[in-house]
Amino acid sequence: MHEMSLAENVLQIIEEAAHHQSFTCVKMVWLEIGQLACVEQESLHFCFEVVTRDSIAQRARLEIIDIPAVGWCKICTHEVPMITLHDACPQCGSYGLKVLRGDTLRVKELEVE
Amino acid sequence: MCTTCGCGNGLVRIGKKLLQNSRKPAGAIHYRKPDNMALQTAVETSSHLPVHKHDLIDFGSDAAGVHAAGMSQARMVRIERDILTKNNQYADANRQYLTEHGIFALNLVSSPGSGKTTLLVRTIAALQEKQRIYVIEGDQQTENDAARIRACGVPALQINTGKGCHLDAYMVSRAMQQLAVQDDSVLFIENVGNLVCPASFDLGEAHKIVILSVTEGEDKPLKYPDMFRAAHLMLLNKCDLLPYLAFNTELAIDYAHRVNPLLRVIHISTVSGEGMPEWLDWIKVGQYRAVAGRLNIDKRHAE
Repeated sequence: MHEMSLAENVLQIIEEAAHHQSFTCVKMVWLEIGQLACVEQESLHFCFEVVTRDSIAQRARLEIIDIPAVGWCKICTHEVPMITLHDACPQCGSYGLKVLRGDTLRVKELEVE
Repeated sequence: MCTTCGCGNGLVRIGKKLLQNSRKPAGAIHYRKPDNMALQTAVETSSHLPVHKHDLIDFGSDAAGVHAAGMSQARMVRIERDILTKNNQYADANRQYLTEHGIFALNLVSSPGSGKTTLLVRTIAALQEKQRIYVIEGDQQTENDAARIRACGVPALQINTGKGCHLDAYMVSRAMQQLAVQDDSVLFIENVGNLVCPASFDLGEAHKIVILSVTEGEDKPLKYPDMFRAAHLMLLNKCDLLPYLAFNTELAIDYAHRVNPLLRVIHISTVSGEGMPEWLDWIKVGQYRAVAGRLNIDKRHAE
């Protein structure tokens, strides 16, 4: 998906935090990206570097924490690991697993000075 | 610019007017340096090292004002925020406005060339006598689609996303204001032709409708699962061409249901008219519900 918009949103969140917590330099940014979140990580790294130029986060390193995807099979009433959105339940083979975790994009924390 | 899909922070135009990016704070942001840090830069020393004058080593001059051996002045700030929070806030506001005004908003998404605009033109022709309709058109460039819709006699506004590959909730909220959408109407939002990015951006609509034409591959739902998962209705378009193609309808629907078991499917053709009554009925039912919802809200306000 459009990693440039996401990178801009990340910078916006950082700038808002800077206003409230008065820090002047961001050293590290941790993002939590779900495996089903439809994000090209390499592209996000590139876009982050571009949008943070001349900003408070221009020297910040981007660390991405992968969040494994977990689904719910309503037939087996079990949690099952997921790799794609069209995975079948490994136990009963039925489709339509409900995604419980691993489809979100979050700014987790920042290391600042 | 994004190397994956070509999107970026290009110039967004709504109805030829340049959209000022008011999502960003106006003017430059000035960060307040703590007084002791300003003092520190005056003696030109690294922020990691204590201020060092000939007769003074001051470990209390850094940002944190204290020192621990081996520790820099860096600190951790917990954020825990969804990256799409801003968009979702605008989308929630749009949804609330639409609900309170009985407006039934549909977000039409598909790959380019699936026949979205033609389908929209036919739908408008069938509905416009009895129904007030508005259209927001999203494309990277040109006003061609809005012009096509206006030729049908309904108000349409073009959003040019520039380098962007999707509409977002802020653009739609601005477009809704400019269109002055009236109560109890139907609002069609034709998104940028793209099966990837628009899936993640809630616009505040009642339903996303994904259009898959039979001239595409059956496995599109597996290739672009996010979009088929986000949609409530799939229109299988250009069905009049099926006799000339090797397209396996059942397989396409099966793939779509793997991703989204609750996805409703309507076979449709703007040429033969197949499926049009079902599609129009689906819109009418949704519209009645939207109006009923508004009347309920009005009644509650009156009490």
